[in-house]
Amino acid sequence: MAQLTAISDEQVEILIGDVLEQYGYDFTGYSRASLKRRVLRLYGLDKQVSFAEFRYRIISDNGYFKRFVEQITVNVTEMFRDPGFYRTLRTEVLPNLGTYPFIRIWLAGCSTGEEAYSIAILLKELSLLQKSLIYATDINPTVLEKAAQGLFPLSQMKQYSENYIASGGPQDFSSYYSANYSLAKFDSDLKEKMIFSTHNLVSDHSFNEFQLILCRNVLIYFDRELQYKVLQLFDSSLDNLGYLALGTKETVDFSPISKHYKRLGTEKIWRKTS
Amino acid sequence: MEENQLKTNYTLMKNCRALVIGGSAGSLEVLLRVFPDLREDLPFSIIIVVHRKQGTDFLLADLISKKTKLEVKEAEEKEKIMVGTVYLAPSDYHLLIERDGSFSLDYSEKINYSRPSIDVTFQSAAEVYEEGLVCLLLSGSNADGVNGLITVNSYGGQTAVQDPESAQVDYMPAQAIARAEVNRILKIEEMAAYINSLA
Repeated sequence: MAQLTAISDEQVEILIGDVLEQYGYDFTGYSRASLKRRVLRLYGLDKQVSFAEFRYRIISDNGYFKRFVEQITVNVTEMFRDPGFYRTLRTEVLPNLGTYPFIRIWLAGCSTGEEAYSIAILLKELSLLQKSLIYATDINPTVLEKAAQGLFPLSQMKQYSENYIASGGPQDFSSYYSANYSLAKFDSDLKEKMIFSTHNLVSDHSFNEFQLILCRNVLIYFDRELQYKVLQLFDSSLDNLGYLALGTKETVDFSPISKHYKRLGTEKIWRKTS
Repeated sequence: MEENQLKTNYTLMKNCRALVIGGSAGSLEVLLRVFPDLREDLPFSIIIVVHRKQGTDFLLADLISKKTKLEVKEAEEKEKIMVGTVYLAPSDYHLLIERDGSFSLDYSEKINYSRPSIDVTFQSAAEVYEEGLVCLLLSGSNADGVNGLITVNSYGGQTAVQDPESAQVDYMPAQAIARAEVNRILKIEEMAAYINSLA
């Protein structure tokens, strides 16, 4: 087999073994094509010259390992991405949960927090924020620090504002942030009901019962086996009649939990039925 | 010239397992002209990566499936890639090929301002199919796909581009010819015969 990339498939397996042994982070269930691309990208970005040095740095330098995790996991996200999805949350899911005395939401794989703030805005506009808690978790502590700051590039606001309007947002989107040089600082009352915490979907267990779990564009990076395992984790963390929301290209169909879930319309949102 | 090109084709390409077609501005019209003339029993998979607006997936699949008897569908994550089937990269995700012959989707950073990026799919396919891969780059206004063709070459796959003179926007194929080793330069009317000859 030709070996033309700087790191071979076998070397990717070696790294996966290293980080599992050394740090307890288990990437064995990650889809290899994407994972390898991320590893090669980091190798190139950091101008690494040999696999041996790259490997040694990951094993021996805790700080560099943090960077490794941050870079090989994908942290691309935006506010009100897929406006139709947020419209369904606004018009159907959240009003329904609003009849409960208390709403617990788990945002798994929250990355830098754009979705957490989007959901907080929805809850605020529906006057539900005060009785809600958003648990925003990610494998990666660095992105959680960013998420907690509530600072996003000002240059993104035009796109986010368009998404917000397309999702049925009735307010002036710019009323939720103040411009601070090149950054938009979101109102701190939006994050009063957010709890940020590291959580590894591969190895950590259920930590609460929720009425809504969102995990969008995370399962695509996992192989089928790990996808099913994570879906079962969500199932065991979701109240009866609770909602599970996935990314546009993800599904609970064909998984072991599918028979207890009924899809809502055309969005990737399922309701637990028993 | 013509004879020489044909010879290259038949000596290099014995076991085509997958044809990946990339394109951007001006490529849809080419696809719609080529598909009616493709054999219905092609013994390899066709994977199409074209740049387009979000939310137009259904439209594209619909347009192409009206032009061919081959099955046309959007590539789904972890789906097993079958021969005789035409797969479209969904908008706003990169499309990758796994070693086990299934698709993966990836929502990482845009490459060449594009997601899906043609480079990403070409490179990923090159690693998996090696010399069993043919990549065809069509009309377009940026250079996405050119680095991918270079990778395809180095893994022993075959590369083809639309003749820039026949392209609505010639930048993409012209860049490929300038920077990559391109095995075939095809006019639109030559494409179907070329693809059929890979069988």
